[in-house]
Amino acid sequence: MAENLAPNWRLREQRYQLVGNVCLNCGAKFFPPRQVCTNCRGAEFDSFQFSGKGELYSFTTLRSAPAGFESYAPYSVGMVKLDEGPLVEAMLTDVNEDELAIGMKMEMVTRKIREEEGERGLLVYGYKFRPTS
Amino acid sequence: MNQVMKPKREVGIIGYGAYVPRYRIKAQEIARVWGGADEGLPIEEKAVPGLDEDTITMSIEAARNALARAQIDPQQLRAVWVGSESHPYAVKPSSTLVAEALGASGAVLAGDWQFACKAGTEAMQAAIALVGSEMADYALAIGMDTAQGRPHDALEYTAGAGGAAYVMGPAENALARLEASYSYVTDTPDFFRRAYQHYPEHGNRFTGEPAYFEHTLTATKNFLELMNYTPRDFQWAVFHQPNMKFPLQAAHELGFTRDQVMPALLVGKIGNTYAGASLIGMTNVLDHAKPKDRILLVSFGSGAGSDAFSYVVTDKLVERRDLAKRTAFYLGRREFIDYARYARYRNKLVMN
Repeated sequence: MAENLAPNWRLREQRYQLVGNVCLNCGAKFFPPRQVCTNCRGAEFDSFQFSGKGELYSFTTLRSAPAGFESYAPYSVGMVKLDEGPLVEAMLTDVNEDELAIGMKMEMVTRKIREEEGERGLLVYGYKFRPTS
Repeated sequence: MNQVMKPKREVGIIGYGAYVPRYRIKAQEIARVWGGADEGLPIEEKAVPGLDEDTITMSIEAARNALARAQIDPQQLRAVWVGSESHPYAVKPSSTLVAEALGASGAVLAGDWQFACKAGTEAMQAAIALVGSEMADYALAIGMDTAQGRPHDALEYTAGAGGAAYVMGPAENALARLEASYSYVTDTPDFFRRAYQHYPEHGNRFTGEPAYFEHTLTATKNFLELMNYTPRDFQWAVFHQPNMKFPLQAAHELGFTRDQVMPALLVGKIGNTYAGASLIGMTNVLDHAKPKDRILLVSFGSGAGSDAFSYVVTDKLVERRDLAKRTAFYLGRREFIDYARYARYRNKLVMN
């Protein structure tokens, strides 16, 4: 039986489209979506699609990758401060390590993240960030 | 018997978008590895997908560009159709994932099309019919490939990666209005890939005269005659481009000038993008065309057949073409890799 279908499927909207949520009480925006607002403790939200635009807040390069990501190593990961506020951690793509700089403009793209169970398993797709051209 | 296809409701291209990965390998680098000649290579360099790219991810970016130019809500799409010979799954649609990523899932048709290099224009024909019949207002047709070439085969020099997406819709909102289309198909086994095989087989010179030229020339000649047009009625002509030689020879035999065909001829820089090849040639033309220009688009797919279309550019193209990245952006970003990295990126290394 194929594994991890349900957990991957549940996250498809946030992973493919960067959909988080916005607090209906105070307007704070969250990614990933939260169930309780960390700003006003409100519990009512609408979903919110982020623009995918932001700035590189910090980054590093992984040479010893976690299980499931070995074939991509070495690869860079970063924290991207979205224009709408939240800080998102993600893999970076379409960029060489020596080109990365804190503060550079970034944009979201949807890419393949990993393969579950090698060649037989689910292909997992999601957001990554690359420098804005 | 009317062989030209023209929808009852006028249809056109509402938005378009291209995609090419950033990696390139030079044909000379491939020749170096296999001891081939330095000169007379079919193209200069070809695009190579990164480790995290495939037909699905490339389709998503091209389609996001097309939707940005179309200026429509993705929920207005009633079809998301992806033509390719490199769908990542053997069973499971690429199109559902593309639709989900675009925000188009829900009340929408989705399907993957397969007709070698003609799969993209086949999807475009179907999208025209869906809109033209008033079953839907908007439909998305994509031609995209990460083409496979067997190491040391002639196709390894040209099998590239890239393609384009088109939002088709009512002509009154179009950047380019469709005049009519025509299709010409026979059963000609010039190129195929059997189930479970990694690489396609081809008939060497058999892919030329009875396949590419027979279908491209016949479709174009018949279409022009039925439309009462000559090559001089077109400002631009886009042909399927497996290499530089075939489309230039076809254009010459049909009476088109180099000026009419060169802007669409991207194969020398990105390789043969199979189902995306004629469609991304067309995006580069749309990036440069003027209102009232007439464009001929002729695909070819092995197996074999050609689709021919005539489009006339409208004033709206000038207003909307800079709402997304132009084809030149993707042609211009190039990171050259050697054969070793190419082998890694194309999954040609045995790891266990």
